Amino acid sequence: MSAASETALGLKESRTPQARLLKLVIYALVLVVFAGPLLALLVSAFNHVSDPTQLSVVPSRPTLDNFAVAVDHGVLKYLLNSFFVVGFGLLLQVVVSTLASYALARKRFRFMTVVFVAILATLMLPEEILAIPLSLILSDLPVLHINLIGTLAGIIVPVGAWAFSILVMTEFMRDVPRELEEAARIDGAGELRIFARIILPMCRPALGVIGVFGFTMIWDQYLLPMLVAADSSTYTLPLALRTLRIDPVVTPGVVMAASLLALLPSVIVFLFFQRSFVHGLSSGALKG
Amino acid sequence: MTAVKAEPAAPAAPATQERVSGRSGRWWVPWLFLAPALVLFLYFKFIPMGNALVMSFQNVQPFLGNQWVGQDNYVKVVTSDGFQQAAWHTVLLAVVQTAGSMLLGLVLALLMEGRSRRLSFIRSAAFLPVVVPMAVIAELWRIMYHPTGDGMLNSLLGLVGLGPSGFINDPHTSMASVIATGIWRGAPYDMMIFLAGLAGVNRDLYEAAIVDGASRWRRLLHVTLPGLRSVFSILFILAAIRGLRVFTEVYLLTNGGPNGSTEVVMTLITKLGLEQNRLGVASAGAVLLFLATLLLTVVVSVLRRRERE
Repeated sequence: MSAASETALGLKESRTPQARLLKLVIYALVLVVFAGPLLALLVSAFNHVSDPTQLSVVPSRPTLDNFAVAVDHGVLKYLLNSFFVVGFGLLLQVVVSTLASYALARKRFRFMTVVFVAILATLMLPEEILAIPLSLILSDLPVLHINLIGTLAGIIVPVGAWAFSILVMTEFMRDVPRELEEAARIDGAGELRIFARIILPMCRPALGVIGVFGFTMIWDQYLLPMLVAADSSTYTLPLALRTLRIDPVVTPGVVMAASLLALLPSVIVFLFFQRSFVHGLSSGALKG
Repeated sequence: MTAVKAEPAAPAAPATQERVSGRSGRWWVPWLFLAPALVLFLYFKFIPMGNALVMSFQNVQPFLGNQWVGQDNYVKVVTSDGFQQAAWHTVLLAVVQTAGSMLLGLVLALLMEGRSRRLSFIRSAAFLPVVVPMAVIAELWRIMYHPTGDGMLNSLLGLVGLGPSGFINDPHTSMASVIATGIWRGAPYDMMIFLAGLAGVNRDLYEAAIVDGASRWRRLLHVTLPGLRSVFSILFILAAIRGLRVFTEVYLLTNGGPNGSTEVVMTLITKLGLEQNRLGVASAGAVLLFLATLLLTVVVSVLRRRERE
């Protein structure tokens, strides 16, 4: 295959100096537009900003004061809440989705299609649309009569089941060869053993995908923590940013410092598991 | 990101019940595995949706008991100026943001397709906005949109002799500003999906086009874009649905203001429901929003299916 046909635009064909310059300018522009604002955030978080109206792009007088003020305003507690929610929420989500996928991918049973369609339908019922009834349900779970308002569990439990994870996992589990399962079954292995020892280990790439997407999905939650919060004690860090901004004595530098703490975990997860992320994006979106 | 997975995997009819061994044949085994997911969905998706439907026909009074009011809430919602305006804003935002993100995403994908190290670094950097929490993006852009001349974006505008603009603080520019922030976050996402789509376009067709002497432009128009058709419809439906239920960025950037110029359905519903406690009316609004999403999903899937046949 010739180099010229590798890409749609065939930009490799361009060898003239003008074309190369143009390409560099375009790349620089893309970086400035998309990474520039985040760079400004990073720099401002460490800057001693005297003028509260401006973000600083050029570092001057580096300081950790912004973080100190942010910590005084309880940012560490909110960060801890966020980690607690994402930790247990993701654990629950992965366990629940892998269990459900095992049934959907490896079993045949009555009403399977109904279950499948019901799970798909939940994709059209995001927290936004359900906000009002969800806040009522959270304050008094039907039958159990438990009040989850004002508890971190109120954020963790509802994110426990996510149709996206179940669908990605189901798709992947279908492709695990039957023979492995049969052999284990003849050896007398039970369902749970087959699930945990045979099927799950074969699904590591899919686990990466649902792990990464689950993490960013839970970390990005806004409306749900807002519905659950009775006071600031259960705020997650994204939720706390607004409170911080509204506080008249807090400077933008402090808000940016807290924002940096709020974006780092998901950016780190993305950078480390980029392959899973991109894989999930393309497989999740293109298989339809 | 998955509404799309809808069609492919519908499992075969349940007629072929598996009975490999006694244990696996027990009918309740799959249900045991499904139970946690089904219980959670029941509690946090289906019961709330059912409640929303019921409440939308009621005058909800927490301690006095609910009153059945028929279609009153719907009439109130549909005829209120506030809701009509919010619905128009929502559609405007969803359409412009979707179109803008897709166009910019496609351009980015075409410009940055390729395998070199440098390109993959730039792609990752451009993708960062997608993984940054929305709340952070909103706070960042609030500061960038600072309305005085020395605000970050205003000083850039000043360099080319424009502005200062009020951005989110001026009713004339507030909607455009919210949309711009949305495109900034949406375009890199679309770029990644387009890149995946581009990788799937048949390379032989490019060769053939070159052999036929087609210009770069014609190749793009007649080979690449048709090859991306399914990507377009997927992105369209995902982005449009996300656009319709837009909440966080509007809530944090403007909360519907100034002067209602950016009020969308979701910010209106939360105001009605959570702040004014008008649960019945708010539920009617939510049900209408759900129906709009449902309609859009069904129409697009029917169109796609017809196209495929």
